[in-house]
Amino acid sequence: MITIRGLRKSYGDVLALDSLDLDIASGEVVALLGPSGCGKSTTLQLVAGFVEPTAGEIKIGDRMMSRPGMVVPPERRGMSLIFQSYAIWPHKTVAENVAFGLQVRHMPKAEIVERVRRHLNTVQLEHLADRYPSELSGGQQQRIALARALAVDPEILLLDEPLSNLDANLREEMRFEIRRLHDTTGVTMIYVTHDQTEAMVCADRIAVMNKGRIEQVGTAFDIYEKPRTKFVAGFIGRCNALPGKLTAPGVVEVVGATLRATDESGAAGGSAISLCIRPHRVALGAAPEGPANRLRGRVERVAYLGEASDYLIEMADGIRIRAFASPATPYRPGEEIDVYLPVKDCRVVAE
Amino acid sequence: MAMAQDVIAREPARPIVRIENVLRNGACVVLLAILAVLIVMPLYALLSQSLEDADKHFIGLGNFVRYADNPGLVQSVYNSLFVSIAVTAITVPLAFGYAYALTRSCIPAKAIFKGIALLPILAPSLLPAISLTYMFGNQGFMRGLLGGHSIHGPIGIIMAQVFHCFPFGVLIIGTALGISDGRLYEVAQTFSTPKWRVFWTITLPAVRYGLISACFVIFTTAIVDFGIAKVIGGSYNVLAIEIYKQIIGQQNFQMGAVIGVLLLLPALLTFFIERYVNKRQMSQLTARAVLYQPKPHRLFDATMLAFVVVVALCILGVNAVAVFASFFKLWPYDLSFSLDSYDFAAFDPGGWSSYWNSIIMASGAALFGTVLTFGGAYLVEKSPIPASLRGLLHILAMIPIAVPGIVLGLGYVFFFNDPANPLGFLYYTMTILVMCSIAHYYTIPHLTALTALKQVDKEFEAVSQSLGVPFWVTLRRVTIPISVPVILDVATYIFVNAMTTVAAVIFIYSPQNKLASIAVIAMEDTGDTGAACAMAMMILYTSVAVKVVQIGLSKLLFPKLQLWRHPDAS
Repeated sequence: MITIRGLRKSYGDVLALDSLDLDIASGEVVALLGPSGCGKSTTLQLVAGFVEPTAGEIKIGDRMMSRPGMVVPPERRGMSLIFQSYAIWPHKTVAENVAFGLQVRHMPKAEIVERVRRHLNTVQLEHLADRYPSELSGGQQQRIALARALAVDPEILLLDEPLSNLDANLREEMRFEIRRLHDTTGVTMIYVTHDQTEAMVCADRIAVMNKGRIEQVGTAFDIYEKPRTKFVAGFIGRCNALPGKLTAPGVVEVVGATLRATDESGAAGGSAISLCIRPHRVALGAAPEGPANRLRGRVERVAYLGEASDYLIEMADGIRIRAFASPATPYRPGEEIDVYLPVKDCRVVAE
Repeated sequence: MAMAQDVIAREPARPIVRIENVLRNGACVVLLAILAVLIVMPLYALLSQSLEDADKHFIGLGNFVRYADNPGLVQSVYNSLFVSIAVTAITVPLAFGYAYALTRSCIPAKAIFKGIALLPILAPSLLPAISLTYMFGNQGFMRGLLGGHSIHGPIGIIMAQVFHCFPFGVLIIGTALGISDGRLYEVAQTFSTPKWRVFWTITLPAVRYGLISACFVIFTTAIVDFGIAKVIGGSYNVLAIEIYKQIIGQQNFQMGAVIGVLLLLPALLTFFIERYVNKRQMSQLTARAVLYQPKPHRLFDATMLAFVVVVALCILGVNAVAVFASFFKLWPYDLSFSLDSYDFAAFDPGGWSSYWNSIIMASGAALFGTVLTFGGAYLVEKSPIPASLRGLLHILAMIPIAVPGIVLGLGYVFFFNDPANPLGFLYYTMTILVMCSIAHYYTIPHLTALTALKQVDKEFEAVSQSLGVPFWVTLRRVTIPISVPVILDVATYIFVNAMTTVAAVIFIYSPQNKLASIAVIAMEDTGDTGAACAMAMMILYTSVAVKVVQIGLSKLLFPKLQLWRHPDAS
């Protein structure tokens, strides 16, 4: 169990991390997701023990790991690290790379051999044990790094953008590979990434970060279906955020019309809010739910994307909305059409 | 899992003093102290000497005023400026043409021509001076070509300096030409821009920083050089010679210090201009730039080839004269083969021992210099030492490049010859020669090692640490093995330069540890030009041999180590 309380880090006047609280259970995979500069890598550096916090604390179980003035050094934290650049030693073979951390622990030779074999087997690289890293592909190199990290039996595995150097196809394959490794070893993982799909595939819970703070923590489903802030709604998948006003619980005034929406924002009546709806939940033309939540708009632009048609529709007050409709929809630019925003897909998000 | 928990359970929750940090910070302080002795204290001694009278009383700028009142001394400033400007004006266009041919034409054997252009770097700067004396001197076989003018004077200095400075020009301008963006030329071609216009509007602006940089480097190299002026300058007074005369001839240390300070100025100026220019030049090349690929063009290529061949022949010729001079009795008049010139004992009391002294000195400088520079670069780049120590270490490492050898050597005299200095016992020893050579050539190895270490991901250290590997194990088993090529490179650089330097050691050698480069000057002084040639050639042979061994080792023995530089090679 990792407990992070009020964690804060500033470099001179620059605030890299602004008060972070997070609990991570043993055996859990938590992704820190956010744009560059949001503080996710700083958080990882703090957890790893490379950086001393300005305020706050990090505990593992009951044991204090970091607080201002006291940092247990990285090698005594029982953690292993995986980096974007792999950081595997180019002049050592695959097996030597995995064995290195065990040798400096003065483990008996037979056990080293056995462990190296077992972990190379886990990452499916046993047949390449005697090759040099430069002879292998990027995905294979990252597997070496994983085997090396796991070989020392860490309690916690920290991954810093581990797949960002790989090309798209490999990245997709390695996401599932990392999740599989977790399920076979049960190791606790903190996974830093800016790629939402990566976070959604690998993590049990996702902490969406922005400007040095956590905006929302939850399962992939929660984060996508119930975003609590405009930033989360916009960062995880595409989202229309229409500016409006909350007139009564579940009733909003948007684009000159009164609409009903799901409201878990806790915003007070009369306050400015955003109405969030994902483009593929916007329905065009025929009204499945009758006249409720219906707006009029003019097609400004349309692009055929194969799986869907991407519409940009201008409504009253010059406000635009994106809609992904069935590719078969026949509307042309300039055409006036009906735009339906299903109540269950409209969410009120506080400004 | 169990193991990790054990480790954690034993750990007390209190501030932790880490042996690793103590070691690293300690190493940093020790290195700073060494650099203070090698670089800072001698320079400080020089500066304070220039502001004191003979009895060590502070007199402000009094020495400088006295200097300005002495017409002979002022004349040496004009002479130095004249020679250096002339050398710059001749060398830069030549080097530009040569570099242009190497980068922008389709001439054959570019690697060989580049090698020939760089050959003078491996030879002592004296070598062209001696060869020219041999050719155009009082008994020279080509003296008729000078039309009655003596080679001993500005003509000789300028000619020899051009040979000496040429490789620097080719390197700097060649780099600038090499990073030009090929897309600009393709665009120009689609507009059918005339060739001369392309040259003036694309080529020259793109290399302007390289040209500026080359001008300043060559000007500074020429103005601070001592060896060439000593050998071929005759009675023509330049600043570096004036220092020598003031110190050795008149024992006027204050005036020597004043000239030393004056010589620091152009070097300092060059240093800052270089830094400024480097920043600008690198920013021209974006990641998307396409490197220019020259296309064959018969007439242009032929012209370029002719030019390059002429220049290359001149360089080879000057070196060949020294070779012939050393192997024949009195080339070209008496062509009987003879190794007499290599019997150094017949010409100079030091004999062959000067050569061996140089080998010992250069080896010592290479060994300790590599350890210091690589260690320093490692501390700066790879260690979590306090930022203040890191900054100070880097600044101290950058100072020597702005200090001419003769100025540094003079600082060593003032600092180590001071009776109050407890380190005074080092004066006149081999150790001080090694120290001065390391200090003089510290900057380039430092930067080379720094660049190489920067290319090794910081994450290597982080991963090692999290695996529980102490930094010295990572250093020994990972960082150093990966860096073997650059370590060899650094060691070779220091060795070759220590073999050839004259200026840095002219004031601090003793008769017991006379060096080869000093012996060259001594034998030239006594008119034994053949023997001087032979000794200079011994230096060149040795440097070439060491360089060849270095390239061979890097290419043959460590291909695996180089692979990491090209992760996509497979």
